[in-house]
Amino acid sequence: MDLKKLTIKKTQEGLLSKEFSAVELTKECFKEIEKEKDLNAFLALNKDGALIQAEIIDKKITSGEALKKLDGVPIAIKDNILVKDIISTSGSKILENYVAPYDATVIQKLKESGAIILGKTNMDEFALGSSTENSAFGPTKNSRNRECVPGGSSGGSAVAVAADLSVAALGSDTGGSVRQPASLCGVVGFKPTYGAVSRYGLMAMASSLDQIGPITKTVEDAEIIFNTIRGKDKLDSTSVDDERVKIITGKFSKKKNLKDITIGIPKEYFISGMDSEVEKNIKNKISELEKRGAKIKEVSLPHADYALAVYYIIMPAEVSANLARYDGIRYGASERGAKNLLETYFKTRAKNFGDEPKRRIMLGTYVLSSGYYDAYYLQAQKMRTLIQEDFKKVFTEVDCLITPTTPTTAFKIGEKVDDPLAMYLNDIFTVSANVAGIPAISLPCGEAHGLPVGIQVMGQWFGEEIVFEVAKEIENKL
Amino acid sequence: MELTKEEISHIANLARLELSEKEAGKFSEQISSILGYVKKLQEVDLSKVEPTFSVAEISNVLRDDKVEACDKKTMEDLIKITPENENGLVKVRAVFE
Repeated sequence: MDLKKLTIKKTQEGLLSKEFSAVELTKECFKEIEKEKDLNAFLALNKDGALIQAEIIDKKITSGEALKKLDGVPIAIKDNILVKDIISTSGSKILENYVAPYDATVIQKLKESGAIILGKTNMDEFALGSSTENSAFGPTKNSRNRECVPGGSSGGSAVAVAADLSVAALGSDTGGSVRQPASLCGVVGFKPTYGAVSRYGLMAMASSLDQIGPITKTVEDAEIIFNTIRGKDKLDSTSVDDERVKIITGKFSKKKNLKDITIGIPKEYFISGMDSEVEKNIKNKISELEKRGAKIKEVSLPHADYALAVYYIIMPAEVSANLARYDGIRYGASERGAKNLLETYFKTRAKNFGDEPKRRIMLGTYVLSSGYYDAYYLQAQKMRTLIQEDFKKVFTEVDCLITPTTPTTAFKIGEKVDDPLAMYLNDIFTVSANVAGIPAISLPCGEAHGLPVGIQVMGQWFGEEIVFEVAKEIENKL
Repeated sequence: MELTKEEISHIANLARLELSEKEAGKFSEQISSILGYVKKLQEVDLSKVEPTFSVAEISNVLRDDKVEACDKKTMEDLIKITPENENGLVKVRAVFE
């Protein structure tokens, strides 16, 4: 079998035509993972569990039972999503020996649909980062150029798919952590609407921004996985029920083909400092879409320039609260030598958190602290209102927006580790979708300097359908 | 926006993080540069704008106030993952001297 060519549908076709069995496919994935150990894409493997699941699928096929939509499909899971009985570290030393006591809702849904869970993928510690260099277990390498970062924080998941170690993967996206690594690795990454997918069992980073999303080889695969994991969950109060989604999407006008679609190009996303080759690729793609009949309209999101600043206030504020639970008492590492409880906190957190969590916890604590709350945190939440209003307004004129995913292609490992601000600027085009809660996908758009370029399609709140449709047009026919 | 080493130490204290002298120096420099960037929000007059704390546009998600029992195995599993425990209870260091 050729792992390179396997999409979800092709995997199932291969299984049904007996070209390969689920057990053979699973073993092949583990063989490749072993061979590509140098990439450091995986932190833990689920060999026994995966093979047991594969045998069940093979029996189903032998007995002629119909396949469920992910039966036999190998999937890699970002390490901050809990898979029962498997170590889930979130890339942190503080959870080095933490065995997940339950399945996240998305994992339960994947298992019910027959997916084979290969293992847990490397990531920036607690998803704090844009390069996967902040993992306590060493950086992941970009399979397209091993001297480069894969992006982050879902770098392990992106490389697992890009290097054909897995057919698909799950990541989490708080400011671009699914889309940015997908872009830098040359695969598809999708962040759903805030509230579309349950976060129960996802280690919380910034709760008003976090969403779980798929990383895949094709837009269709991303759509299949999204449809598997989406839906209301009583265990996540921010998840939105189907009835409400139907009411919202019922108001959208139905678009049958590209000629009915108006694509907005926000002028604020074509900035100086952007790599000119990346920009050229994106602009070429836009004019191809125009030639094929799509209406292209330049639009403005006047507050776009403030989105990154809003993000780097709200996110660390929420991080500082969410990471308070890693205290040496509830789970994970604990410094035993402490005299009293307070010292347990201080020493456990000092020794087991990496620099980036420390930086963001302190930044968050600062912007929430008395005397600074109004100037930073409240100001950011007010600007968030304006950013959201910009999008609402623009979506009365256009059906979706197209932008680059990142201002540059993958950078070298080590290049930005000592300059947090330079690292943060990588997220400049992706954070807005999280700040406003809208869906966005990144998909490959040619190459620049021999490395993949990503193009981003953003849609309105619960406008997933049109996002997938336009993404497929870009992917298949251009 | 310049944060002094003393200010950083105060914040670290609030966040329950022990910092070395060297770390305090490094972090005060890095966090100051980030604050310098996000400060641009203060250029804008937002006095008449309402804040958005959640984009979910849903509020008051309630459930019945009913206790759902947890089976013994789950309880044991949860206690087992704590660093220190005894007789099904989580053990912590003394709070008072």
